[in-house]
Order: sequence, then structure tokens, then C-alpha cells
Amino acid sequence: MNAVATQLAQIALVLALAPLLTGFVRVVKARLVGRRGPPLFQPYRDLARLLRKEAVLAPNASWLFRAAPYLVFALTWLTAALVPGATAMLALGPTADLIALIAILASARFLLALAGMDVGTAFGGIGSSREVMFAAIAEPAMLMVTFTVALVAGSTALPEIARFVIGGGVGLEVSLALALIALVMVAVAENGCIPVDNPATHLELTMVREAMVLEYSGRHLAMIEAAAMLRLLAHAALIACIFAPWGMALSADPAALIWGLASFVGKMAVAGVALAVFETSIAKMRVFRVAEFLGGALMLALIGTVVRLMSEGLG
Amino acid sequence: MTDDPGLHKSLAALGPVAARLPWPRYRLDRAGWAGLIEHLARADWSLLGLWGEQAAVHVALRDEDGGAIAVASLDCPDRRFLSLGAVRPAAIRLERAAHDLFGLEPENAVDTRPWLDHGRWRRDREPAAAPPAVDALNYPFLPVEAEGLHQIPVGPVHAGIIEPGHFRFHANGETVVRLEARLGYAHKGVEALMQGRGVDQAARLAGRLSGDSTVAHALGFARAVEAATETYLPRRAHWLRALMAELERIANHLGDIGAICNDASFTFAHAHCGVMREAVLRVAGVCFGHRLMMDAVIPGGVACDLQSSGIAEIAALIEEVGGRFEDVVRIYDGKASLLDRTIGTGVTLSELVHRFGAGGYVGRAAGRGLDARRNPGYPPYDDLDFEVPVMAEADVHARLWIRVEEVRQSLAIVWQILDHLPMGPIAVPVAARAGEGMALIEAFRGEALWYVRLDERGLVARAHPRDASWFQWPLLESAVLGNIVADFSLCNKSINGSYSGQDL
Repeated sequence: MNAVATQLAQIALVLALAPLLTGFVRVVKARLVGRRGPPLFQPYRDLARLLRKEAVLAPNASWLFRAAPYLVFALTWLTAALVPGATAMLALGPTADLIALIAILASARFLLALAGMDVGTAFGGIGSSREVMFAAIAEPAMLMVTFTVALVAGSTALPEIARFVIGGGVGLEVSLALALIALVMVAVAENGCIPVDNPATHLELTMVREAMVLEYSGRHLAMIEAAAMLRLLAHAALIACIFAPWGMALSADPAALIWGLASFVGKMAVAGVALAVFETSIAKMRVFRVAEFLGGALMLALIGTVVRLMSEGLG
Repeated sequence: MTDDPGLHKSLAALGPVAARLPWPRYRLDRAGWAGLIEHLARADWSLLGLWGEQAAVHVALRDEDGGAIAVASLDCPDRRFLSLGAVRPAAIRLERAAHDLFGLEPENAVDTRPWLDHGRWRRDREPAAAPPAVDALNYPFLPVEAEGLHQIPVGPVHAGIIEPGHFRFHANGETVVRLEARLGYAHKGVEALMQGRGVDQAARLAGRLSGDSTVAHALGFARAVEAATETYLPRRAHWLRALMAELERIANHLGDIGAICNDASFTFAHAHCGVMREAVLRVAGVCFGHRLMMDAVIPGGVACDLQSSGIAEIAALIEEVGGRFEDVVRIYDGKASLLDRTIGTGVTLSELVHRFGAGGYVGRAAGRGLDARRNPGYPPYDDLDFEVPVMAEADVHARLWIRVEEVRQSLAIVWQILDHLPMGPIAVPVAARAGEGMALIEAFRGEALWYVRLDERGLVARAHPRDASWFQWPLLESAVLGNIVADFSLCNKSINGSYSGQDL
């Protein structure tokens, strides 16, 4: 019963916190370049504004174009709700399998890429083709990370992994360090952060994800924006859950839950600052360089897996 | 001005001198015009400008070795003239514009499509009843045929707040196979508006041709008027004009450097260049009453004097910007991820740069080191010590780095002006008399040409500005070839042609 309550709370919590994380990253980025930046709560206002506005549709938009934003939002929300954040005591915990999460995120991406091509504008096609090109390398890299983690923790279920790490089952692992770097690189690419993509750009021709969703407006755009915020939170939570789960509540004890929540918020803030610093200190790379960047992530993850297998064989 | 016999002698053999601008303007007949085209095919004369009138066409030329400048005119009552486009591709768009504005038909033209006219003008408002042009919606872009190509139409409405222009890409995946720009969306009839107005009012229009170059264009117009009326300025006016022109150059180059970095999503440089540009504009606003120094340069001198408090303001500004600028440059130069984007991207072929006679940072980044402040030169730059940076790489990085060097030079020029600013009056009255004059000045984009003819009452009979962008836009189309679509923004921003300046 408790697990159901915490699960419901988690579902609500990720939706409430996701715009805050995005707003926080924007504020930190603005401060780092010497600007005052938008208010912390601007993303909430943006979403409210978009929800109020009329959704303009191209005459030749199909049902897919209209349905995709809601499906993308739902799938991403589900991902964010499955990743243990404040507590590992979640009713849907057993389903929070890393491979399943990757599949859910990939489905969302697939839908968005289809929707980008649906109306037949040049930008949508460019965005979709770039996005899919990145995904073709990002997803294997993500899977290799999963294998490494699974080899170390003996499970692909996130609550199990978190319990294993908190339980001290893991010391300093080279393979895990490599997996961490690979996962961060994939997360940067998946969330359209500099150096891979720049959601803040006004240059149509350089966009990736923004080009795909250029035709969206009103509530449809609100769904897609919210999904992007949830995806950022989900990735940050995923990294925290695997590599820094300490503080997470493992029981239903109220004190542990409160401590778990506080540490979760703190971890998200650290992740936000780290992302902002990284994004500010680097220029965007050429579109084709992204393949090399993600190829690097894939290679790191692969090495991590091999190192783990070899050390097991020797041990 | 060195007098190379090549250009002048050849033109003198083709027709008599009709006017002194002070450069000679030769009046050619049809045979003489045909002879000119023959000469152009052989001689190293670059095109400075080409403009039409009710029943005449003028072309300004410069001898590349020696720097002699001359204008050749052809009276064409039948509104037909032989096109120069085949021997000087830079003339093609200027001829198309002359056709749209005055109905002058270039014979044997390489390109007969309209340029400024999008088929939406009210014909009764235009200076001449030009023949109806092709419908705007059916503008035929140059065809590209191959397997696997697709078109990407961009603009004229863009995702950001920039000027309007349409870019038609033909791409093979991410690789650009052809780019064609279609401009003219910002046409506002400046030339027609200036006609029949006094020079004071016309100067205000000249300063609004392209807002970022308001000082430069006001200066070009004023110098052309002063040449037409043989007005000689007090020294202080020249020096104050140069001060404003250099402040404008610094502000625009700072903006461009930041914007190029921003197009590579390196927002740090953008933010800091923006702060410095703002500082320059504020000081300009305090010293000259307008942040962009609009209407500060007038025919006969300058509109407002610089107080001693203003000198202190500018000195403090130059000191502050000078230091901060070097910090940003150091960060740019040490940022491998940024240099990776700019080096080797968007190379303009040096041969094309010379053929189009492109000036400014576009020319200087490709080895064409001409600067109107030096050649033909105008006061007070002969008394100032500065260098014209030249590079050979011709890529985005080179165009950015030329700007960096020019900011350094301009900062040094401003110091010299503050140190040696002569005292005295700042303006003299301009006589209301007939005459014609031409001026070539260095805007931040490059050389801008102004031609002005005044009638007996001293009103503008014909004024024509040729912004530096006319010869830079075509090079953008060559610079992006073989680059990826996503790098267009960098190429475009590094050339930064003016839409408004060339849309007239």
C-alpha cells in the first residue's frame, strides 16, 4: 500500500519538478555568461501560456501529427515516474528495468521523428533525419552502459541496482566510471544540450529537435516542451539513481522519505549546475561530429563492459 | 589618388569627359560602350557600381593596379544597353535592379529575372513605369538536377528577428549543392524618395538606408554632395566624422564577433561582446545624441560637437573595451570546440572575391586588401596611423579574425583622434547649386559608393548608394558550397550582408 502511495507521489513529483530543473539550468547558464536570465519559474509560465494558446495545424497534418505530442508526453512522463528518485519503494519498481526505459524513450523519439516528417516541410525532415542519425549511435551506447551496470549489480532493475550500490556492494570500479561518462554523454545528446543541439537557437538550419517540432504550436507544443523537461529530469535522475543513490529512501519510514526527497532535490541541483557549466564552456559541434561524439560514448561503454568481463574472468 | 593612364586613357579614347565628380565621368555612345566591354574583358578594372536613370546608365570602375577611378555613362533613350554581366558578374544584380527601377533593358544579359521587383509594387509610385515583372510567386530559381537532391526553402520570415531574405538550398543530404539568395524584401524606394529633396532631408534618408551603417552612409552621401558643390570642410568636421565612423565600426564588429560565436552556440562570447557593444552605443548616445549616431553626419560637416566631457567618456570607454575585448579574443582563440567550427568553414574562392571586387572583411580575409580609407583615401585618415589587416584563408575564422584586427586598429585610431582632435567650427553651409559628385567610403562591411547629382536649386536629381553588400551576397552562395546545411548560419553571419542596404 505504501509503495502505491509513494509511486503516486513520485508521478506527481516529477511532473511538478521537471520545469523547475529546466528553469534552474537556464538561470545558471545566464548567470555564468553574465546575464540576469529568466525567472526560475518561467518554464511553468511558458507551459501555461502554450496551453492557453490555439494550436495551429497544417491542412495536411494527419492524426499522427496530432496524437504524437500526447504520446511523447505520456511516454516520457512514464519514464521519469519509473526512475527511483526520492525512494526505491515504488509500486512500479519491478517494471523499472533499464532496457525497458531505453525502449520507452526510443518509442517517444520514434513518434516525434515520424511527426516531424508528417507535414512534409523541409525543416521537419532535416530534424528527423539528424535525430535518427544520432539515435542510431546513442541507443547502442545506452544499452552497453546497461550491460556494464547489470554485470556489476547483477540486475537491470533500477531499484535493485540502487539497493546494491547503497549496500556497499561496489567499490571503485573502472567499468562503472566508464559507464558513467558514457551515460552522461548520451544524456547530453538525448536532451539536445550543447554541444549536440541548442534548443535556444533561432537558426532554423542548425536545429535538430527544434526543427522536428517547428510546426507545433499551442497545447501540442506545450506537451512537447513538457516532455523535454521531463526527459531532462529522467536522465538526471537515472544517473543519480545508478551512480549516486545514497540518500534514497529504501523503507517507508517518513524520516527516510523526507531525507530521500531532500537529497534527490539536492542531486538534481548539482546535476543542473554541472550541465550549465558544461554547456557554457563549449561550442556546439558540427552536425557530423556528433556521430563521433556518440561513437566515443559507445566505445567507452563497450570498454567498460569488456573491462568488467575481464576482471570477472580473472577473479 | 594616383593617376594610372590605363583606365582614364582608355575611356578618354571612347568618349568625352562629361563631368568631374571629381573623378572624370566619360560620356560614351553605343559604340564606345561596346568598346568598354571589350576593354573590361581584358583589363583588370573592378566594378565599383552600376546604376541607371530615366534614359542613361552609369558604371563606376577602378583600375586594380594604380587605383584610378572613373565613371562611364551611356545615354540610352531607347532604354537598352549592352550588359556588362558577362565580363563583370558583379554587375548582374545591379543591372537587374536598374531594370526593375528604371526599365532599362540589359541586352545579352546573363540573367533576365527581376531582382528588387517582386511583382507587388504600386506602379504609380515608382520613379519609372518599369515593365511588369515576373509574378513574385513564380520566381524561377536556378534549376539543379541530380538524383537524391532536395530543396530547402528558408525565409523570408525567419525564426529569429533578423532582416528578410529568402534562401533556396539544394542539398544532397546535409551537403549544400547550390544556394541561391533572393533579396529585395526590404525595398523601400530610398532612391526615389531622395529625388527632388534638399540635401538636408536626403541626408536623413541616406542615414536610414541600413541602420547599422548609418554613419557610413550618411558620410558617403555627405561627401558626394560636398564633391558636387565643391564644399570644403573645416578640419574638425573631418575628424569628428572619422571618430563616429570608427565607433560604428567597433560596435558592429563587436556585434558580429559575438553573433558568429553565438551561431556556434558559444553564448559566453556573445554575451560579453553584447555588453561591450552596448557600452559603445551608450557612450555614442551621450556624446552625439543618438546611440547609432543617426543624423550626426550632415552635408557640410557634423550636426553636433564633441564636448570635452565627451572626450573623457570616449577615452574611458576605449580603455575599458580595449581590455575586455582582449579577454574575449583570448577565450575565442583558446576554445578548440569553437575554432573547430570556424576554421575551414565557408571558404570564399579568392578568384571569385577578386572577380566580384568584394571589399571589407570578406575581401581582406581572402587576400584583397583594399580599404577606401587608404585608396582613394579621404581625410583625416591620411593623418592617422593604422594598418589594413589581410589574411588569405578566406574562411569563417579569417573573416572573424579580420574583424578582431580591425577592432584593434579602430581602437587605436580613436585614441589618435582624441589626442589630435583639431579645434574650430564643425560645419559649413552647403551652397544650393547644381553639380554631381561621387564618394567612396569605408563602411564596416567594406567600400560603399555614393553618387549624387544636384539640380540648379540644389535639390537631389539622382542619388545612388551602392552598399558593400552588393558584392558580398553573391560570395555567400559560393562560400556554402560543399559545406553542410547546418553550417550556413556561420557562413552567413561571417559575411553579414546588409539586406536593407542592397534592397534600396
